[in-house]
Amino acid sequence: MNFTKTIMTTASAALISSAAFAGSHMSMEMTIVSWGGAYSASQLKAYHEPYSAKTGVTILNDDSSSTAVAQLRAMNEANNITWDVVDVEAAPAMQLCDEGLALEIDPDTMLAPAPDGTPASEDFGDMLVSECFIPQIVYSTTFGYRTDLVGDNPPDSVCAVFDTKTYPGKRSLFSVPINQMEWALLCDGVAKSDIYDVLATEEGQDRALAKLDTIKGDVIWVSSGSDTPQLLADGEVIMGATYNGRLFSLIEEQKQPVAMIWDGQVMDLDGWIIPAGLSPERQARALDYIMFATDTQRLADQAKYISYGPARASSAPLVGKHADLGIDMAPHMPTAPENLSRAFLMNYDFWADYRDDLDAKFQAWLAK
Amino acid sequence: MSEPKNSFLSPFVFTLICMAMMGGLIGLVAGVANGSGPLGLISGALFMFLISFLAIFLRQKELIVRYSICFFLIIFGFLFIGIIGVFLGLILGWFSGWFLYWLNLGRYRAKLQPYLSAGQVLWHYTFRVICGVIFVFLITPILVVMPLSFNAQDFFTFTPEMLRFDPDGYSLKHYKDFFTNNEWQRSFKNSLLIAPVATIVSVSLGTLAAIGLSQSHVPFKRAITAILISPMIVPLIISATGMFFFYSHVGNFLEDRIGLDKNFVGYVKVILAHSVLGIPFVIITVTATLVGFDSSLTRAAANMGADPVKTFFKIQMPLILPGVISGGLFAFITSFDEVVVVMFVGSTNQKTLPWQMFTGLREQISPTILAVATILVAISIALLVTLELLRRRSERLRGLSPG
Amino acid sequence: MVNSSPNSTLLSADGTPLKKSLSRSLRQQKIRALLLISPLLIFILVAFIMPIVSMLSRSVENDLVSQTLPATVSAIQSWDALSGELPDELVYKAFAQDIQNAAKVKVHTKVALRLNYEKSGIASLFKKTARKAKKWDMETDGPFKEKLIKVHKGWGEVEVWQIIKTHSPRYTSGYFLNAIDMRKTAEGADFQPEDKTILIKLFQRTLVMSLIITFSCILLGYPVAWLLANLPMRQANLLMILVLLPFWTSLLVRTSAWKVMLQQQGVINDILVQLSLVSDDARLIMINNEIGTIVAMTHILLPFMILPMYSVMQTIPPSYLRAAKSLGATNWTAFWRVYFPQSIPGIGAGSILVFILAIGYYITPEIVGGTKGVFISNRIAYHILKSLNWGLAAALGTILLVAVLILYWTYDKIVGIDNVKLGG
Repeated sequence: MNFTKTIMTTASAALISSAAFAGSHMSMEMTIVSWGGAYSASQLKAYHEPYSAKTGVTILNDDSSSTAVAQLRAMNEANNITWDVVDVEAAPAMQLCDEGLALEIDPDTMLAPAPDGTPASEDFGDMLVSECFIPQIVYSTTFGYRTDLVGDNPPDSVCAVFDTKTYPGKRSLFSVPINQMEWALLCDGVAKSDIYDVLATEEGQDRALAKLDTIKGDVIWVSSGSDTPQLLADGEVIMGATYNGRLFSLIEEQKQPVAMIWDGQVMDLDGWIIPAGLSPERQARALDYIMFATDTQRLADQAKYISYGPARASSAPLVGKHADLGIDMAPHMPTAPENLSRAFLMNYDFWADYRDDLDAKFQAWLAK
Repeated sequence: MSEPKNSFLSPFVFTLICMAMMGGLIGLVAGVANGSGPLGLISGALFMFLISFLAIFLRQKELIVRYSICFFLIIFGFLFIGIIGVFLGLILGWFSGWFLYWLNLGRYRAKLQPYLSAGQVLWHYTFRVICGVIFVFLITPILVVMPLSFNAQDFFTFTPEMLRFDPDGYSLKHYKDFFTNNEWQRSFKNSLLIAPVATIVSVSLGTLAAIGLSQSHVPFKRAITAILISPMIVPLIISATGMFFFYSHVGNFLEDRIGLDKNFVGYVKVILAHSVLGIPFVIITVTATLVGFDSSLTRAAANMGADPVKTFFKIQMPLILPGVISGGLFAFITSFDEVVVVMFVGSTNQKTLPWQMFTGLREQISPTILAVATILVAISIALLVTLELLRRRSERLRGLSPG
Repeated sequence: MVNSSPNSTLLSADGTPLKKSLSRSLRQQKIRALLLISPLLIFILVAFIMPIVSMLSRSVENDLVSQTLPATVSAIQSWDALSGELPDELVYKAFAQDIQNAAKVKVHTKVALRLNYEKSGIASLFKKTARKAKKWDMETDGPFKEKLIKVHKGWGEVEVWQIIKTHSPRYTSGYFLNAIDMRKTAEGADFQPEDKTILIKLFQRTLVMSLIITFSCILLGYPVAWLLANLPMRQANLLMILVLLPFWTSLLVRTSAWKVMLQQQGVINDILVQLSLVSDDARLIMINNEIGTIVAMTHILLPFMILPMYSVMQTIPPSYLRAAKSLGATNWTAFWRVYFPQSIPGIGAGSILVFILAIGYYITPEIVGGTKGVFISNRIAYHILKSLNWGLAAALGTILLVAVLILYWTYDKIVGIDNVKLGG
């Protein structure tokens, strides 16, 4: 039977080729987990390529950051940790640290000091929110709007989102309580400093949901950072929430008729953790990479490719021009003073406590 | 030229009525669009009625009439709608010309049995149209994907430039990205390695088990069948987490105790996980073909001195091959299109195409995934057509008339 | 007739009694069948059933509390949770000891997260307490009741202790109660407050929408399968390519394509507006709701319906229909009474396939479903990937699995699983 023969040949060929993989032993290899897309690309250019050139270590990129906590926990339970360095936001990093899933870092011995000799702990300052977290960038979640759809009255405040009279049309929000609840209260007249106290009460939670109720029919709920740029490019929404780097790329690189609102944007940190329980050899390599990738120059270099602010104070003056577009990047940083003035700081402890509860309420409200 | 036999209408009147109805329908659509439905309906009907009347009455050559209808409608469309009108006029003109002669000359009966009643003929064609609509439903998303993969922008959007057929709106950059980007290349190769091997594992084990299952006296048959097809019915995300823990232990054992290469073990894990997912499809298809299998054939073979292995390959295998192939096809697709399990079980080295697409979609929307899809569609069309041509050739060689 | 008297026993060719010889051959047959099945059966049992069972068993396992706080758990048993009074110093002391031990090896946050599912705020309560407790000296620093309440006033709330006591057993029904919008309290099972009920609704929605999807697949698949089965093979094979093509296009790509088609600025709306069938400010909303999910999933699952139907219909001889008609049946009667009953196994196989696949889908609803078109699997995925409440995820998964098994069993009773045909 010809067919059987073909199958047999294919089978043996496939087995041989898979066995061939067994031969290539890779010890000088590390897996770095990140978010993918332009963000990973910026890390590739600013960190991975120079590091590989310097040390000869092959860096594999895994775009799994959005499920990192779950996967790290599973890896830890199964005692099979395949990642060496992981890029996560501050809140998950704190959770991982609390659970003992991430390695504790001593900034002054394990991280490079600033060029002028300032120790890393001072250079990072307040950004060191957890013992395990090595901050990398400051980003913010903010709103972009279609300049051609808002008429002569471009919005300047985050509360434009709740103003469907002046700005009729769809808007996109994330389908999670974090950020959306804060914005709702902020635009319902709660002072920035009181928001988390109000949100801790039943009445405050109902108040936030009631405010969101007023625009519920006009909202497209999204789950990832890439949705809003697509929706804005389609003109499917008139304004929408996403990360400022995404909006920068939409506006400056893709030349879409979109502008950004620097008001009420929620500031957050993103950085590295090293999983706990690596073999000494892998841990040493991971630490070596971290030492290299978070020094002053490297952090400033990343800002050439994406508009996120370096987490070191000493990197800020070194931020230069965009690698392809040649525009000055400093004014596009969420850490630039004029952008920072109306920002809003996330309270990590609050969300650690209330996330499960508020999420259940928020999802029930969404499904109503 | 054959006359409709049972019809109480002459073909002339019949054609006029049908054409007027078609014109009325189109007129209604256009009329609603421009404010007045009834006006559109009446003028459309009248228009088509007149054209058909003239065409039949003047008894001109078919081609001349059809060209002139086209020409007329193109001018008409251009005057009233613009460039798009030319396009619409061309389609409408071609269609109404064809429809006119199809009706008037009774071409609609040419390929049907002569004894069918008018109602049956009408149903025959209505049914074809319904099926056509369903095929359009099946295929449109793929047709939408293809032009978008040539988008010059990084979005899934038909830009104004694309709609104007401006060359600036199109580019090959997403194809270039696919062929030059290491991540895409690596994941493509991984998919090409993992899916076939997983298919072979599930087909070979699955076929054996299906043959066993189809014997007449199998204890606990129902329970065993239920267990074997369970991978299909457990929600994927649960399977993924459950298998993650299992394969981590397997992986640890293979790496630490036996000392196999980490990378190789990674592939083994993903391949085994995927073959588990593919097995239910093989079991279902192969048992289904075996239901109709005449077991006296194997007895006859045994009677004539063939050993069981020979019987299997020479007698049973060729007969159940269609079931095995379609089961294999399902198993292949399951592995080739699987995101959730591979993300849990595999590590970065085993990143498959769907995994890469998934991160591509979630983190940064990039039409590269559309380019990949287009390439895959092109390859599969080529494969399927080749297979069909080969089948026809072998049919001819064997002197069979096409079925 | 088999006679029981020994001298009339039928013998087979080699001289053994026929009965014995037959039963031996039957036994051999059974063994051969089992031998053929066993490699796969063992493979599936080890590589699939075992992992799944251990995953699902997380829905009742609850040893975290008793493992991390062993002394507290044994001390608190004598406390009457419904008395309305705080437990005595013994319990507080045991707890202080436990949390100190737990903090040293960093396992206190796991318990904190577990109990935080029951009451918001316990996570930070534990974290704050653990930070302080690390420095305490167990011998001299008592009494711990005042000390703990001073650290955080939460320790003065009866509810916190009730929660610890309620969730201290090694096995819990708590996750299953949560999965059906209830919760476990000191007084027993109770309904969730109304603003947190969502899961039952999602179960219902999953079932209803999967049924709708299955029916739309039958409706669209049946004519196509009929056409394919009745056309000459050449044309049928070419049309088959159209059915198979979507199969070769990644699920993700097809879902995105539907997004491009259905959205308000999408292809369909654009065409409708171009034709002025819909005005520009009243574009149809066909995505991010139930319609989006139903359309996209019907499209994705349609081949799974067509292929089994087609393979069954191919086996129905067209002469049956002609015979029925020549015996005087109308077209409809001939179809309904003769053809349709024979095609039922195909419909059954397709339906069960589509329904089971639909019920477990989560990527497509996630992308096109918005908030109104998501399924219970989306929630399972959320609890596994984001909230890390694996116990609840496992409970939801178990319920879903049981539902599917009941369905499978019913199907087996009605149609028989042997009648499932898929392609070929």
